[in-house]
Amino acid sequence: MRKRSLIPILYILFLMLPIYWLVAMSFKTTGEILSGFSLFPQTWTFDNYVVIFTDPTWYWGYINSIIYVSLNTVISLTVALPAAYAFSRYRFLGDKQLFFWLLTNRMAPAAVFALPFFQLYSAVGLFDTHLAVALAHCLFNIPLAVWILEGFMGGVPKELDETAYVDGYSFPRFFTTIFLPSIKAGVGVAAFFCFMFSWVELLLAKTLTAVYAKPIAATMTKTASSAGYELGLLAAAGTLTIIPGAIVIYFVRNHIAKGFALGRV
Amino acid sequence: MKKPYQKAWFFVLPVLLLVAFNALIPMMTVVNYSVQETFGNNLFFWEGLGWFEKLLHSERFHAALGRQFLFTAIILAIEVPLGIIIALSMPRSGFWVPVCLVTMALPMLIPWNVVGAMWNIFTLPDIGLLGYLMNHTLGIAYDMTQNPFAAWATIIVMDVWHWTSLVVLLSYAGLVSIPDAYYQAAKIDGASNWAVFRYIQLPKMKQVLTIAILLRFMDSFNIYTEVFVLTGGGPGNSTTLLSIDLVKIALGQFDLGPAAAMSLIYFAITLFVSWLFYTLMTKDDTN
Repeated sequence: MRKRSLIPILYILFLMLPIYWLVAMSFKTTGEILSGFSLFPQTWTFDNYVVIFTDPTWYWGYINSIIYVSLNTVISLTVALPAAYAFSRYRFLGDKQLFFWLLTNRMAPAAVFALPFFQLYSAVGLFDTHLAVALAHCLFNIPLAVWILEGFMGGVPKELDETAYVDGYSFPRFFTTIFLPSIKAGVGVAAFFCFMFSWVELLLAKTLTAVYAKPIAATMTKTASSAGYELGLLAAAGTLTIIPGAIVIYFVRNHIAKGFALGRV
Repeated sequence: MKKPYQKAWFFVLPVLLLVAFNALIPMMTVVNYSVQETFGNNLFFWEGLGWFEKLLHSERFHAALGRQFLFTAIILAIEVPLGIIIALSMPRSGFWVPVCLVTMALPMLIPWNVVGAMWNIFTLPDIGLLGYLMNHTLGIAYDMTQNPFAAWATIIVMDVWHWTSLVVLLSYAGLVSIPDAYYQAAKIDGASNWAVFRYIQLPKMKQVLTIAILLRFMDSFNIYTEVFVLTGGGPGNSTTLLSIDLVKIALGQFDLGPAAAMSLIYFAITLFVSWLFYTLMTKDDTN
C-alpha cells in the first residue's frame, strides 16, 4: 500500500513544479530574475501584483474574462437544460443524428473558425463585446453541457415525471421545483465544465475582441511583446489566472469525476 | 422505452439555433473561400477544386500533417497508460481523495496561453527551474529554442503535464464504480493483480476510457495555443503542427483560399479518425 501511494505523490509533485516556479517568479524583482538562478525569492516584492491591481488595462482584462465566461455558462445551461431533457425523455424525428451532430462541433479546430467568426460577428455588429465571445464559446460548450446533463437526467427515474403530472403539476413548475433539484450535481458539473473551457480558450476570445472586451490572457500576450520581457509581471498575471479555476473546482470536487462517467458514449 | 413525442423539437430548438449560427455560417464561409482565389479588395475568382489538389500534393502540408500525427500518437501512447496507472494507485476513499482530485485537475483550468508562457519560464536555460537543472546540475545541454529534439521533448512533457489528469479523472470515475464484491470474489479465486486488472478493472473502465481517448485525440490533434506560445513552431519548422501552419497561412499570409481548403481537409481528418476510434472501441458491445 505504501509503495503504491508513491505514484500519485510523484505525479502531483510533477504537476506542482511549473506552478511553483510561476508563483515564485511572480514575487521576484525583475533584477533578481535576470541576474541568475534562485530557488526562492531573495527579496520578496509585491510590485508585480500592485501593477496589475492598479493599472486598468490589466485588471479590466480579468473583469472582461469573468463577464464573458459567466455569460457563456448561463446561456449554455439555459438552452442545454430543456434540450437534455428532450434527449433523455423523448424519441423524436432525427434525435440521434442531432445528438451526434452536436458532438462533432467539439472536433472543429478553433483555428479553422477564427477568421469566419471574426467576419460573422463583425457583420452582426457584436465585434468586441462580451456577448460575442460568450456566444462563440457556445459552439463547444453547449454540446458538452447537453451531453453531461443528459447523462445525469438519465439517472432520474421516469416515474418521477409521471407522478408529478398526475399530481397536477404543470411542466414549467415540475421542471423548476422537482426535476432541477434532483439533478443539482449534474448542473454543477456542467457549469464547471462550461466555465473551464470558456476560461481557458483564447484563440476565439482574442479574435473577437479588440479593446472593450479583451480577455486577460490576451492582455498578457500583448504586454509580453510590447513591454520587453517583464517576466515577473507576466508570472503574476499568470498566477492570478489560476485562482478562479481553483475556486470553482473546489465547489464541485466530489462530482467532477462523475460528470463524464455518466455521459453516454 | 422513450415516448415518441415530436413536439420535443421545441425543447431542442434554442440549442439548434445557437449552435447552427456558430457552426453552419462559418462553415459555409470556409467552403466558399476554399473554391476561390482572392487578391484583396474583396475581389474573388472561381478556383474550383484547385486548392485541394495543390494542397494534397504539397510537401509543406504533408510535413505539417505528419508532425501532427506524430505528436498525437506520442501523446496518446504516454498519457493513456500513465493515466490508468495513476488512477489505479490512487486511494479509493478518505481525506486524500478530494485533495488528489483538486490538485490533479488544476493544470486543466489554466488558460492555454498561460500554460505556454509558464513552460517557457520553466524551461529558460539559465533562469528557469528545469532549464537550470538540466544545464547546470545534470550537465545536459538543453535549449529548446536551438535544438529541435529538445523542443519536441518539451511540448510533449508540457502536454503530459497539462492533460494526463483528464485520463486519470475519467479512469478513476470508472474504478470507483466497481462494487467491492467483485474484488472479494477475485480474492477468493486467488486471482493475481494482473488478472484483477485485466478481467475486472479494465472492462469496467472501458466506457470512460473510450471518452478519454476520444477527447484526448480531438484536443491534441487540434492543439494550437500552448505549442504556439511555447515554441512558435520552431526552431525552424520542427514543431510547426498542422494547426500552427494553418494559422500562419490564414492570418499571417492571408491566403484565404488555401487556408480554407486546408481547414476542410483538417476537419475531415479529425472527424474520420474520431469515427474510426469510436467504431473500433465500441465494436465488441454490439456483437
